Amino acid sequence: MHELSIALGIIKIAEDETRKADATKVEKIELQIGALSGVELDALDYVWEQAVKDTVLEGAELEIDFVSGKARCLECQTEFSMEKVYDNCPKCQSYFKEIISGKELLVKALEVIKN
Amino acid sequence: MCGVCGCGNDDGKATITLPNNKEQNGILEAHDHGHNHGHHRHHHHSHPKDGSKTIIDLERDILNQNQLGAEKNRGYFDAKNIFVLNLVSSPGSGKTALLEKTLTDLKGKFDFYVIEGDQQTLNDANRIDALNVPVIQVNTGQGCHLESDMIYNAVKTLKPVDDSILMIENVGNLVCPSMFDLGEDKRVVIISITEGEDKPIKYPDMFHGSNVCLINKMDLQPYLNADIDKIKDYARQVNPHLEFFEVSATTGQGMEAWYQWLEKNKK
Repeated sequence: MHELSIALGIIKIAEDETRKADATKVEKIELQIGALSGVELDALDYVWEQAVKDTVLEGAELEIDFVSGKARCLECQTEFSMEKVYDNCPKCQSYFKEIISGKELLVKALEVIKN
Repeated sequence: MCGVCGCGNDDGKATITLPNNKEQNGILEAHDHGHNHGHHRHHHHSHPKDGSKTIIDLERDILNQNQLGAEKNRGYFDAKNIFVLNLVSSPGSGKTALLEKTLTDLKGKFDFYVIEGDQQTLNDANRIDALNVPVIQVNTGQGCHLESDMIYNAVKTLKPVDDSILMIENVGNLVCPSMFDLGEDKRVVIISITEGEDKPIKYPDMFHGSNVCLINKMDLQPYLNADIDKIKDYARQVNPHLEFFEVSATTGQGMEAWYQWLEKNKK
């Protein structure tokens, strides 16, 4: 259940940045999470409310920008969408590929209330 | 609960302990969260909207803190020419037995150090200590994986010498440790043939992030008749670059090839 670790990592970033900005509360937090990032959105949802309790994120709107997986085949250069890290090239069937999107795990932005 | 990794220790600390018969003054707090974050590169654009509301653009990697710690470890290991392996697998694949066998056979050739990660007990550290190899146990409590700051603190106690090999045995778990870089040179995933051929696609992230796959318990093959090629095919679908070794820690079968890999890859 590393989603709790992820949630706590997000809270740490939000707490630090809110303090630096001399703000007290986060209205909205934007995350970018890739399909191949290793984070289950359902599991993150499950821990979120409990994790953010008594932090600057309590009651904040959570917006998740979900990024689908994309790869480029290293054999034939075909770009294709992927759901699992073991998906292969639909054109030449090769498993040698470069993942070009879907690994994202970012706090994109915070909307805070200034003092 | 720990404020960074979510490990369930109520006091927020993983514990680092020397084995049973050693002095206990090596107990450290693994989670020194008082790092200075003053010099990290980040952009802090503020766009005032309607008076009191401000948007802070961050684009910050959520695992940033662990990654910075991992790079700090990596720099230290590079400077001292220490070759570091992160051993990952599900519980019961034979990680500790493989370590014992490797250390027994090669300890005359290399200086070895070991960090043992488990939720509870000093049992694994005691097994390594019995071989007279310096070892530290990290107990993560409810935590399901090791993080880079635990390694940093363990290494400060372990004090590995230059040109040595550090083996980190991660918590037995095929899911969570895959996301946490410890600063290792190579990641080694261990699968035993009792586990089912499709494990690599059931837990693809771990196989995707590993460099080497040890297929253990080959001595049981006469009773199990596992399809070894199928294990490899599944694993190659996830990661075509994986190198395989079929071994038995019990009988020593196949270990010589693994030792050659170790010798070749050590800086």
